[in-house]
Amino acid sequence: MKTLKEIAVGQTVTVKRLHGEGPVKRRIMDMGITKGVSVFVRKVAPLGDPVEVTVRGYELSLRKADAEMIEVE
Amino acid sequence: MSVKIALAGNPNCGKTTLFNALTGSNQFVGNWPGVTVEKKEGKLKGHKDVTIMDLPGIYSLSPYTLEEIVARNYLINERPDAIINIVDGTNIERNLYLSTQIMELGIPVVMAVNMMDLVEKAGDKIHTDKLSKLLGCEVVEISALKGTGIQKAAEKAISLAERKNEVTPVHEFDSKVEDAITAVGTMLGMDIPEAQKRFFAIKLLEKDDKIKEQMKLVPDVSNEIKALEDAFDDDTESIITNERYVYISSIIGKCVTKGRKGGMTVSDKIDRWVTNRWLALPIFAAVMFIVYYVSITTVGAFLTDWTNDVLFGEIIPPAVEKLLVAVNCADWLQGLILDGIVAGVGAVLGFVPQMLVLFIFLAFLEGCGYMARVAFIMDRIFRKFGLSGKSFIPMLIGSGCGVPGIMASRTIESDRDRKMTIMTTTFVPCGAKLPIIALIAGAFFNNAGWVAWSAYFVGVVAIICSGIILKKTKMFSGEPAPFVMELPAYHMPTVGNVLRSMWERGWSFIKKAGTIILLSTIVLWFLMSFGWVDGKFGMLEAEQLNDSILASIGNVIAPIFAPLGWTKAGEGWKMAVAAITGLIAKENVVATFGMLFGFAEVAEDGSEIWGNLAQVMTPIAAYGFLVFNLLCAPCFAAMGAIKREMNNAKWFWFAIGYQCGLAYVVSLCIYQFGILFTGGGFGLWTVVAVVLLIAFLYMLFRPYKESKSLKVA
Repeated sequence: MKTLKEIAVGQTVTVKRLHGEGPVKRRIMDMGITKGVSVFVRKVAPLGDPVEVTVRGYELSLRKADAEMIEVE
Repeated sequence: MSVKIALAGNPNCGKTTLFNALTGSNQFVGNWPGVTVEKKEGKLKGHKDVTIMDLPGIYSLSPYTLEEIVARNYLINERPDAIINIVDGTNIERNLYLSTQIMELGIPVVMAVNMMDLVEKAGDKIHTDKLSKLLGCEVVEISALKGTGIQKAAEKAISLAERKNEVTPVHEFDSKVEDAITAVGTMLGMDIPEAQKRFFAIKLLEKDDKIKEQMKLVPDVSNEIKALEDAFDDDTESIITNERYVYISSIIGKCVTKGRKGGMTVSDKIDRWVTNRWLALPIFAAVMFIVYYVSITTVGAFLTDWTNDVLFGEIIPPAVEKLLVAVNCADWLQGLILDGIVAGVGAVLGFVPQMLVLFIFLAFLEGCGYMARVAFIMDRIFRKFGLSGKSFIPMLIGSGCGVPGIMASRTIESDRDRKMTIMTTTFVPCGAKLPIIALIAGAFFNNAGWVAWSAYFVGVVAIICSGIILKKTKMFSGEPAPFVMELPAYHMPTVGNVLRSMWERGWSFIKKAGTIILLSTIVLWFLMSFGWVDGKFGMLEAEQLNDSILASIGNVIAPIFAPLGWTKAGEGWKMAVAAITGLIAKENVVATFGMLFGFAEVAEDGSEIWGNLAQVMTPIAAYGFLVFNLLCAPCFAAMGAIKREMNNAKWFWFAIGYQCGLAYVVSLCIYQFGILFTGGGFGLWTVVAVVLLIAFLYMLFRPYKESKSLKVA
């Protein structure tokens, strides 16, 4: 299983499934990361975490720990 | 007829600008009861009977953040007559997600698509007529910044409100989901109006417990939930979220035509530098330096010094005194007015100019979008001890003055991070604590440089340890800190918005903090200026502080501080009294020692009394005294700011209690271990210190699991 956490900067992937549950999952989905959406990994913060992605036409930052919940292909 | 219109939309969509444009100066700013979320209300320009309620900026109506709960409780319980849903046209896809939820509430909605000028500039086109048809609501194109279209949006909202039509949403999900929603809808009680059935049905399917608490009759929908979860192989909350975005994608396909794709936007170009792997931190340091330098050391310090020394030093007090003498005012009343009230008001207002300068910077950094980048850059470090990346700013400012530092915590969205920041910001030695450091370093340590350095070190360690300890306590547990944050496109904030934000924050400090500071200063003035001399109660001269009520109190509480080593020669109460007067302003500690040792006035570092002080304390006790004053409850002005920002008595006292408790424990340990390692005896208090140290280490290192559930008090 490949997760968003492992994706290198500059790559675009499609979300396959979201793992986990509760507020963090809901929050991620509320922000538009849902099944089938394409996500572009734009950059990593200077200290290595969080990451910045482009999704649904805007910039979103999330922690690697949370990105691990997002299965991609 | 009076009409209530709510303004709802995502953060960073221009909602504040629209609100300001609609209401002008006719605003009332407060807090939602019991929480730290700001509440703004205003009258529509030219319509005295139309109230506009600015809801907090939210992404969803989920039950997981304070802002979302406040907003949806308002919408469900207060039921405004209409909603203006402001939508950022440049980011329409995610903005419509909230719209689909708002439209289920059965309240008439006018959608105001903002930033249309930027959409056109990017070469895109939004067909608002089609959007209106597909969403089943009025859609108006606006530019909140330029003021175009906003009157039309307001008028549409008023006419919808007056028609009082119940509206039902037209959007549809997958047929299986729709069937479940319909099935649950028929089970709902009669108390829920037809137009709101969809909202409540969906919330029941999402297993939203907060909604259940508000319903009289809660039908059992577990069968429907199970059927859906089996069919989609996911939880219902995710299924419905997914359906909303699927629906939105289908609308976007029909209503939005993209112009030339690709190419970097201005925001992208800025971010290439500002959040660059190598340049981000140096740029951040430079920005922070400018903010600090201008608002604390130069312009801010100049204005504050002028207010303190000239306005409340040379201008107002002599004038008031002259007036009081002219009307033959009694001595005690003169003292009350001059030393109590005027000094108290001065203590509050002295900080205001510095704060206003800082608030201009903060409003600009927030308005332009840099604040979100600060959180992005600093998150890695700060989240380790339960703080937010944005906590850096309050702490940096706090090294100048804790009052604006605490007020700066308002830029932190997460309630938990904000409270934690408020509690720990004043551990950083502020400008007023420097004279105490100079006094102790001079009187006991031969002016050694390490005393000052260690003071900052103690402050930073106290913040880190407090963060780690507090995040493991019950009060802070349960609330997750999902760091899923939008990095909004950069915008040049308008001068009006920046000034308004500055004024709102400054004024709320003056108003709320002013009362508590004024009251406490008057009480302390009374305790300091009255006492018994030769068995007679009366007002005292400044040098007679030894006979004041405060001195008596000092004598009573001195035993509490005995384990800290404030005991030598039976004069321990002087330290207690000095620490108490430090509550008015920390620099008072030095002046109080001066008075207690019989000097009417001493230099800022108290060099006259170094000798006297060295007689009543050992160096170890003196260092403990210094640490106690660094960590204990800050001055009244800062406490007022804490009260203002916590907006809750329980949290305010918890913060003050924690600070004083920590200060006591740390200086106790310093003194007890100090005497132990310098050859002193091993006594009962050494045992206490060891126990406290072990308890402290346990709290620091005990295992802890980050909670994923939310508790909103």
